[in-house]
Amino acid sequence: MRMAEAWRVAMDALRANRMRSLLTMLGMVIGVAAVVVLVALGTGTKNTVEAQVEGLGSNLLIVVPGQVSLGAAPTVSRMDNSDLEAVVKIAGDRERVTANLASGEIVRAGNASTFTTINGVMETTPKVFLRDIKSGSYFTRTDVDTGRRVAVLGAKVARELFGERDAVGQQVTVAGVRFRVVGVFEPLGQSLGIDRDNEVHMPITTAQRLFGTGRVDAFAVKAPDRETIAALGDELIAELSRRHPDTEFSAVTQEQILGVLGDILGILTTVLAAIAGISLLVGGVGVSNIMLVSVRERTREIGLRKAVGARPRDIGIQFLLEAVLLTTVGGVVGIALGIGAAVLTSALTPVPSAVTAWSIALAFGVSAAVGIIFGVVPAQRAGRLDPVVALRSD
Amino acid sequence: MIEAVDVTRTYDLEGVSVPALRGVSLNIAAGDYVAIIGPSGSGKSTLMHLLGALDRPSAGKLLIDGQDVSDKTAPEMAKLRNETIGFVFQAFHLLPRTTALDNVALPLVYRGIATRERRAKAQQTLERVGLGHRTGHRPNQMSGGEQQRVAIARALVTEPKVLLADEPTGNLDTKTGQAVLELLEELNRDGVALVIVTHDLEVASRATRKITMRDGEIVA
Repeated sequence: MRMAEAWRVAMDALRANRMRSLLTMLGMVIGVAAVVVLVALGTGTKNTVEAQVEGLGSNLLIVVPGQVSLGAAPTVSRMDNSDLEAVVKIAGDRERVTANLASGEIVRAGNASTFTTINGVMETTPKVFLRDIKSGSYFTRTDVDTGRRVAVLGAKVARELFGERDAVGQQVTVAGVRFRVVGVFEPLGQSLGIDRDNEVHMPITTAQRLFGTGRVDAFAVKAPDRETIAALGDELIAELSRRHPDTEFSAVTQEQILGVLGDILGILTTVLAAIAGISLLVGGVGVSNIMLVSVRERTREIGLRKAVGARPRDIGIQFLLEAVLLTTVGGVVGIALGIGAAVLTSALTPVPSAVTAWSIALAFGVSAAVGIIFGVVPAQRAGRLDPVVALRSD
Repeated sequence: MIEAVDVTRTYDLEGVSVPALRGVSLNIAAGDYVAIIGPSGSGKSTLMHLLGALDRPSAGKLLIDGQDVSDKTAPEMAKLRNETIGFVFQAFHLLPRTTALDNVALPLVYRGIATRERRAKAQQTLERVGLGHRTGHRPNQMSGGEQQRVAIARALVTEPKVLLADEPTGNLDTKTGQAVLELLEELNRDGVALVIVTHDLEVASRATRKITMRDGEIVA
């Protein structure tokens, strides 16, 4: 009942000072929009990276020498093709295993050249890592067994060297050796700033001959199901440690990579939201300021209302509602703007965004809370005004 | 109706206590018509604020409608004002951007009366002060006399026992002031006590009782 009147009065007061109300709201609009956009970008990035890691293939186990940790130099591998046979034996199926020998090299075709990662791998790689071929085909077991000079190009490498032409059947040169292109990968895009399309696959045997080594850098094994991953990892590490007593080995699962990345990106999102939250705070201070001005301006109105029977609480609620109305209307506009900006960003740039229900609920809740927190002091001041003093003021 | 016994009101101005009322005793009965006169600074406004339950005495006893105001909380004082007193001010104090009807209905908002009933009551009251045809007008669309009539209707809508008018004709020309005064007197004849604070002796002379104040005391 009195609430309805308080709403009407609050609306009326905001309308009476349209410009001032709009400018005050603008502070809230910007703050809320910033929160929504930044959280959407953070969440979008997190989702995309997680999808990419998951897209590597499920139940994946990567075995490397040394320890996997940031800041530590990778251990030079002492593993070779005999270890590959041992790994295949433990995995029970060659189809589930691939090995890797990697090196950064310049690839040339005609006058064009590009720096890329050469991955010497096995013919099983597309199955283990779920990679799709766009044109041509992947190399075969025979190619690996006989060390043929064939290559599959990442989408970026193919584009840099051959432009729009089909690269399949063309020749490329790596370290002075010529290779025949048999296939081109589907593009994967970027993740964490790494261009995943900048790579060339060739049979691991070919790569070993090219680089003059018998080395194998790492293995990737696909476990038959989720439950056996850990046991399989332990078994592989035990066998490799037995074969190379002086080397430490690590087995990393996709979940572990996901967990670390997810944590980092989660923190990133929180930090972005917190930074945007500061602008909300500034908006709140603006609301407080305007409300104090409003109370001062309407001192006589307050006095009159008190004279005809308004209790301090009635006056307080009226001004509090006015503040909350300012911030929540600003909040709703900000949310709309934020969603629009997030959608536009992901449409026009490669930065992914995902607007989540919780960030919208949070933004709305925070804008209402800002109204209450920053409105309460002016409202109390209004409620406590002495009617005699208030009526006398000009 | 209102009974003041040896009422004192002292203001504290930066540590110095300034007496505005020094021991005032006064009785206003139902249906009275009282004028309070005196030069500015004589304490007549302070007295009116006390009589209207806008303020509490520093010492002495003040009963409004039989209730002692000295130990009342702010919300209780608000309720007492709403139920007992009707104020009419020199500067009208109407809410801008608000129709005559809603201005008049305002005291009923704080009584918790529903909108429809509120507006019906306000309509009746506006008709009583001769403004039944101006209900949708806003203060800036009305003359001073009309605005003061709206203010009187607002004071009247709660059916108060006392009308407190502070210089009700002060912002009006003689003729309009005369009409407003006649309206107040007509209401007084219908039974509501009327207290007019003024420094206009001509206005004061029409009251049945005249109280003259000087330096915070009743001198006549």
